[in-house]
Amino acid sequence: MSTHSQIAGRLAHRRSRQRKEKLIELTLLSAALVAIATTLGIVFILFSESLVFFRQVPIWDFLTDTQWTPLFSDAHFGISVLLSGTLTSSAIALAIAIPMGTVLAVYLSEFASPRTREIAKPVLELLAGIPTIVFGYFALFFVTPLLQKIIPGLPGFNLLGAGIVMGVMIVPYISSISEDAMRAVPVLLREGSYALGATRLQTAFKVVVPAAFSGLAAAYILGISRAVGETMIVAVAAGMQPNLTFNPTESAATVTAYIVQVAKGDLPHGSLGYQTIFAAGLALFLITLLFNLAGYWLRRRYRETY
Amino acid sequence: MPKQRSTRDLSLIRRLIRSGKRNETLFIATGLAALALAVLTFLALFIDMLIDGSPRLTAEFFSNYASRKAEKAGILAAWVGTFTVMLVTAAVAVPLGVMSGIYLEEYAPKNRFTDLIEININNLAGVPSIVYGLLALGMFVHTFGMGASVATAGLTLALLILPVVIVATRESIRAIPGSIREAAYALGATRWQTVQHHVLPYSMPGILTGVIIGLSRAIGETAPIVIIGAVTFIAFLPGSPVQSAPPFISFDWLSAPFTAMPIQIFNWTSRPDAAFQANASAAALVLVAMTVVMNGLAIWLRYRLRRNIKW
Repeated sequence: MSTHSQIAGRLAHRRSRQRKEKLIELTLLSAALVAIATTLGIVFILFSESLVFFRQVPIWDFLTDTQWTPLFSDAHFGISVLLSGTLTSSAIALAIAIPMGTVLAVYLSEFASPRTREIAKPVLELLAGIPTIVFGYFALFFVTPLLQKIIPGLPGFNLLGAGIVMGVMIVPYISSISEDAMRAVPVLLREGSYALGATRLQTAFKVVVPAAFSGLAAAYILGISRAVGETMIVAVAAGMQPNLTFNPTESAATVTAYIVQVAKGDLPHGSLGYQTIFAAGLALFLITLLFNLAGYWLRRRYRETY
Repeated sequence: MPKQRSTRDLSLIRRLIRSGKRNETLFIATGLAALALAVLTFLALFIDMLIDGSPRLTAEFFSNYASRKAEKAGILAAWVGTFTVMLVTAAVAVPLGVMSGIYLEEYAPKNRFTDLIEININNLAGVPSIVYGLLALGMFVHTFGMGASVATAGLTLALLILPVVIVATRESIRAIPGSIREAAYALGATRWQTVQHHVLPYSMPGILTGVIIGLSRAIGETAPIVIIGAVTFIAFLPGSPVQSAPPFISFDWLSAPFTAMPIQIFNWTSRPDAAFQANASAAALVLVAMTVVMNGLAIWLRYRLRRNIKW
């Protein structure tokens, strides 16, 4: 009799324990689902608010018009005007960040002594941690005056200064992902190369870099995505004037700078001008999504190979 | 003749070695130059701000509200705003991020669905911060009617740094050897007991590092809180969370309008007056000091952590 109740008690205890375990697992799962909900929320808000916009502005005009004057009485909505600013500033940034980031990564991964690396990596991390608004301030009040001495007639707001500072900001990002990829290349490959009489430089560029190529490509692609989505540097230093140009010495608004400009003003919720920022945001989201997925896929590839 | 040939080969080889060494020195110089450029940028930024901003760094600067007169303006509302927003961000992002990380590492089965969560988190980490601002504007401000409040800003930044916390949690959990878990199971511990008593405590320093890095990113984020409509001029503080009368605790501060350090800097930067520029650099100096201290703490923690690994 007593053994029977003992067993029953134990079973009850076990059941309650299992119930508790299940409950905890469900709680943890629902926390993990917040990330999915965030993405769904972003997609839902951007699409539903853009839909209101595209009901009034044909999507064809949005893609092909060469003027962006959403707040004028003669309103035009050509996203290419804003994209030209984004493209130009991103191109300048990447022209600096990709070579510099790659050289730094190769140097830190293949040449630098552990001591140098121990100092350099935290410094780069601190650089990466500086708020972008501070970089924007730096571009406007330090880099642009410096550039104006070299290029006379450069306007106070310009894509060049903003692009250069944006490039420096992205360097640590590209170099850290690239370095990770190169350090994941097995030492055996390097030793094989040395055994054939290659120098360190030859090994670095002919063996390690090709072996880590998908990782490097991922770093570049994620860098592009970073540059396209960067907001405060261009909003502060590149000006807010929509301008269809690929000339870096001009002032032009990017997609992100435009969104900031409209959000700072007091446009009523539901007006067409207000809806434009969601359409612009949707364009931005889709572009960065494309790059992020490509970057993710490439990064996963190098992780699987070694 | 063979003797002459071998000396020619030898000089060829010597030339090759010399050029190899030269190229290598050249490359090392390039690498060092790139490193120096990065360091110099950091220094230039810091020194530039120090020159422009340090005369403004007085006690009044921290205890005054923003003002139309540049020399009377201060950052009181801004730093209090930043602090309260960070409280909300940490209170939301830390539990959610750590719980998601635990689920993905310790519970999730390997299937399509968890793959989807994984890709999703990776993508979220790359979504431009301004898009989070648009999400918050459409969702929290207009759909839920929360307005441009401390709570809205805190939630927005929490969603923004969630991927950072999740990734840090997962990485530090992954570093714990499986034998620890097996030992716990062998003693009859349940999955949650194993997590609670072993996995979580051992991964704490790593998680803490990730949380600090995430918060230091949130503290400097400007774009999302500009989008949700943070006020740029504010002359009062959010209500105190502690009151003298029952029920003693008040959550009014959550729905209060706010401003934050980056907003204040942005506002001062966009004024043509040079006196406000000095204010902007002083405020930027304070903000950079905050992020450098937080990042430094994270780096130090990680360094200590690497030294103290016992397994």
